[in-house]
Amino acid sequence: MPARNWIFAVAVALFLSLSTFSSAQDLQIVNAERRIDLSSHIVKAFLTLKVENIGKDPAADMLLAFPPTQIKNLAMVQALAVTGKKKKKTYLPLDVKPSEQPDAPNDAGYFLVSFATPLGPGEAVTLEVLYILTHSLEPFPVEITQSESQLVYYRDSAVVLSPYRIKQQTTFFKTPSTRVESFTSVEPANRAGKEIKYGAYEDRVPYSYAPVIVHFENNSPFAVVEELVREIEISHWGSLQITENYRLTHGGARHKGVFSRVEYQSRRSISGSSSFNALLAVLPPRVNSVYYRDNIGNISTSHLRTGFKKSELEFEPRYPLFGGWKATFIIGYRVPLEDYLFEAPDGRRYLNFTFGCPLVETIVNKLTLKVVLPEGSKDPSAVLPFAVNQDLQVKYSYLDIVGRTVVVLQKDNVVPTHNVPFQVYYTFKPIYMLAEPLMLVSAFFFVFVTSLAYVHIDLNIVKK
Amino acid sequence: MAANGSPKPEPMAAKKASPDLLNSSFSFKSLKLKTKQQELLLRVSILGLVYVLAFIARLFSVLRYESMIHEFDPYFNYRTTLFLTEKGFYEFWNWFDSESWYPLGRIIGGTLYPGLMVTAALIYWTLRFLRFFVHIREVCVLTAPFFASNTTLVAYFFGKEIWDTGAGLVAAALIAICPGYISRSVAGSYDNEAVAIFALLLTFYLFVKAVKTGSLSWALGSAFGYFYMVSAWGGYVFIINLVPLYVLVLLITGRYSMRLYVAYNCMYILGMLLAMQIRFVGFQHVQSGEHMAAMGVFLLMQVFYFLDWVKHQLNDTKLFQTFLRITVTSAILVGGIALGVGTASGYISPWTGRFYSLLDPTYAKDHIPIIASVSEHQPTAWSSFMFDYHILLFLFPAGLYFCFKRLSDATIFIVMYGLTSLYFAGVMVRLILVATPAVCLISAIAVSATVKNLTSLLRTKQKVPQTGSAKGVGSSKSSSKVTLDQSQPFHKNGAIALLVGVFYLLSRYAIHCTWVTSEAYSSPSIVLAARGAHGNRIIFDDYREAYYWLRQNTPTDAKVMSWWDYGYQITAMGNRTVIVDNNTWNNTHIATVGRAMSSYEDEAYDIMRSLDVNYVLVVFGGVTGYSSDDINKFLWMVRIGGGVYPVIKEPDYLVNGEFRVDKGASPKMLNCLMYKLCYYRFGELVTEYGKPTGYDRARGVEIGNKDIKLEHLEEAYTTSNWIVRIYRVKPPTNRL
Repeated sequence: MPARNWIFAVAVALFLSLSTFSSAQDLQIVNAERRIDLSSHIVKAFLTLKVENIGKDPAADMLLAFPPTQIKNLAMVQALAVTGKKKKKTYLPLDVKPSEQPDAPNDAGYFLVSFATPLGPGEAVTLEVLYILTHSLEPFPVEITQSESQLVYYRDSAVVLSPYRIKQQTTFFKTPSTRVESFTSVEPANRAGKEIKYGAYEDRVPYSYAPVIVHFENNSPFAVVEELVREIEISHWGSLQITENYRLTHGGARHKGVFSRVEYQSRRSISGSSSFNALLAVLPPRVNSVYYRDNIGNISTSHLRTGFKKSELEFEPRYPLFGGWKATFIIGYRVPLEDYLFEAPDGRRYLNFTFGCPLVETIVNKLTLKVVLPEGSKDPSAVLPFAVNQDLQVKYSYLDIVGRTVVVLQKDNVVPTHNVPFQVYYTFKPIYMLAEPLMLVSAFFFVFVTSLAYVHIDLNIVKK
Repeated sequence: MAANGSPKPEPMAAKKASPDLLNSSFSFKSLKLKTKQQELLLRVSILGLVYVLAFIARLFSVLRYESMIHEFDPYFNYRTTLFLTEKGFYEFWNWFDSESWYPLGRIIGGTLYPGLMVTAALIYWTLRFLRFFVHIREVCVLTAPFFASNTTLVAYFFGKEIWDTGAGLVAAALIAICPGYISRSVAGSYDNEAVAIFALLLTFYLFVKAVKTGSLSWALGSAFGYFYMVSAWGGYVFIINLVPLYVLVLLITGRYSMRLYVAYNCMYILGMLLAMQIRFVGFQHVQSGEHMAAMGVFLLMQVFYFLDWVKHQLNDTKLFQTFLRITVTSAILVGGIALGVGTASGYISPWTGRFYSLLDPTYAKDHIPIIASVSEHQPTAWSSFMFDYHILLFLFPAGLYFCFKRLSDATIFIVMYGLTSLYFAGVMVRLILVATPAVCLISAIAVSATVKNLTSLLRTKQKVPQTGSAKGVGSSKSSSKVTLDQSQPFHKNGAIALLVGVFYLLSRYAIHCTWVTSEAYSSPSIVLAARGAHGNRIIFDDYREAYYWLRQNTPTDAKVMSWWDYGYQITAMGNRTVIVDNNTWNNTHIATVGRAMSSYEDEAYDIMRSLDVNYVLVVFGGVTGYSSDDINKFLWMVRIGGGVYPVIKEPDYLVNGEFRVDKGASPKMLNCLMYKLCYYRFGELVTEYGKPTGYDRARGVEIGNKDIKLEHLEEAYTTSNWIVRIYRVKPPTNRL
């Protein structure tokens, strides 16, 4: 297969390169090194590019191209500009935006990286790009039994897809174990231990593509949260109540046939190696009132370790998760308000909290984050470092009359790198805090007054 | 009464104040009535404390475990309440549940007592209306304690009605912590009985009140109380038989009065009409044998009224006597013939098995194994009477003595209630619950009367006779005490000693009740707890593990076969269709499951195929030593299965009349489906140090068949402590 495909790919690439990219042709990549980490089910790719401006005009930005199969699984792209040599390297984060190109070949997707300062003619810059792919490991065989190990396919290109000419490039794939069933050979390619090296390839035209498949063993927990709804309820009486609804599934090869408890408990090393039983959630420090339950009650298998920097909640679902098995559960906790709620210089208040999912090494297909503001809050606005869907809702909680404003942030395909702080600004008058206590007080007062009145009023028509 | 002195100034104060503003009259009144107010304050605060105590004594299970629904039936109630709150009342009323009794289904609206669910839903909706956004589960969990608290109030008023306020307070305090009642009303025990005991006592109280006053409004109240009871629990049959019996006794003892006539007729007619609105009862109320006594007494009542009228018209006693004889004889004759014809023609349905087994405790054992198999239907052991009643057991006869000493319509009622319910409590363990209020009330009379007598003795010595005697005691009584008092010099010391004794007993009672509640009655039975080797608590949460696994990892239309005990739990927690469940309405269906469990695998496979079974669930305690598992219940499956299908014979599973699972077990036992499913691959496991593999800890033997091969089933899931094992039924292999 490789030879024919290769020719085809080059032909396509050559054809594509004929279409002109005015800005694209001005840049070229001198050296590209790509390291793709396949050790968990979240594929992390580190791309080091040395970009040179060979045109006459200064270039303000450059394009990163991704094949259509990857663009839909792309969770995050980050770029850093590297300045300085060896040990004195400094990194400068660059602005990365998804970009539409009208004449994109084969539905390729693009991200536009803006340089910190426009790249003058003849100048070169080193970029470090990190991109993360989810759902990119395809289990094969699709179904396995309890005693089998999980094997997956990873499909990519041996050469970096780019709208620019690449003078020299290498790609490394890092597999979790030494067990690699097969990998497509695109000369020169070789494998040593846990690493497969493709390249170095010299002088590839724009849009070169050389499909490769790596078939290897991966027994890391394929913990996929199909849906996570986090609700952060702000109470100005001193705490944040966070409730997280998880719908977790094992996203790896489906479990087939028998589940044998005797094998699972006595031959743990070889039985159910792709299954997972323990999960770890990293919670904020000073967390309290933690609970872990599901629709039918409390789940008693959890441990909490609180620390100064973070707290760790180690917990187990009710049953081990094998491929395709699901579990739903709720984690709730409370944190002190003063750690997360601040007053902005303009008098508004803002919540500063972490986005994303507290579970480590987990993909979230659909994350809905609801910030429930106290009753009487106005003008909410959310500030996030990346694009999310925003919406406003109203929620009624204890003793609410007009309801609480809820800022709903919704994002698909969330990975742990999305666990960054975000802010929600709103205005709030402290007098509203007294509304609910006053209601309770007046209710009690009313009860006592009526009972007082009842005791003293004689309702008899006839005098005794 | 005269001693009190307080009523006297009252009209004076009112008169004085009348020219002034209304407000000032209140203040005058309150100044004058200080002792009375103190008494009221004391009474209200005691009652308030008892109310709170009754609630919090039932929260042990929430503190020990969590806010969860307990046991078996409550899960069904919880599921239906959830349905009611989500879909509304009409959907609930018309609900055909296809998730149970596959493939028959069950008409939920027509086969349940909706009182409990509607009550919980109303509480839930009220709380939501008041902006308390609680979860329906919390409401369900706390419904039982809440109604137990309400019961203490009713007990107070009842006690007040039949004796005096003191007895009422003691009754409230006794019933608040009585283990016999707590056993069915701890937090999470969301069962019909939780509200039914409240309704039962309320009905009785209102009826007694109605008889006492002859007022239509109280009778109306008791009819509504009866309606609530009918909507809540099948035990309403007790009311509809006890009340006529009571009326009959009053008639026989010559206590017929217009008050009784009004009270009973109003209560019966309205109560009957209201009860017929409950679909599950419907026309049974006028047609079935259990309800005939009430109707008979109703007719008898009319005859009495008629006779009374005739007696009034005729002034000749001799003529009346003959008339009486003729009328009564013909009335009884007509009634008897009507009953005979009704029964013969099938218009009046005969008594149900449950009712029979109440009258004849051996009936169920011989005829209906499904009723006999339930542990709470067993005859009560003496120890459980002691356990549930403690000192009430000997206060009860003392109370009866006091009741007989001061016989009135009300005390006759409580005596009859006490004696009949105690008989039923002896027949069935669960009916201790029904007897508890009566036992508490009668014991309260004993305690209150004794303490009052003793304290009045003490007071009369110290002060001028009669000043201290409380107003409730009859005047004849206190005067007789005074005369007695002067004749015996050591009375005071004796009284003190007796009082100390009474308080010691009552404190022992309180300690006993708390201990029993916390140790015996607060376990949810769905989560099991044991003490580890180092005294730490080990939780076995296998049931929920299995049910949640079913809920998440099986197709939504999967049918699960298990013994009927787990049916409600599987549908409520696992959300899957079951073949049989705890509503044991179809004996044949249950027998079919019993037959499948006790057949060889290939025979069982045919049965399971015919029932579309996808999963089989068994409960197995061999690893943990959990004794109420399916192997220990197995003989009942055989009996119930054999009751319908004679191919299943109990002796096949026994060896010399002995039930065993080790090497000496019968071959049929060692190869039946239940045995195979419980012990599949158990033979490879070492459960206890120093014992051979396959050592069953629940029965303390090494199992007899360690090499079990399954042909048509495969292990789908086994929980971490092996308590629940789920097997998948394989589709039939293709025929070549």
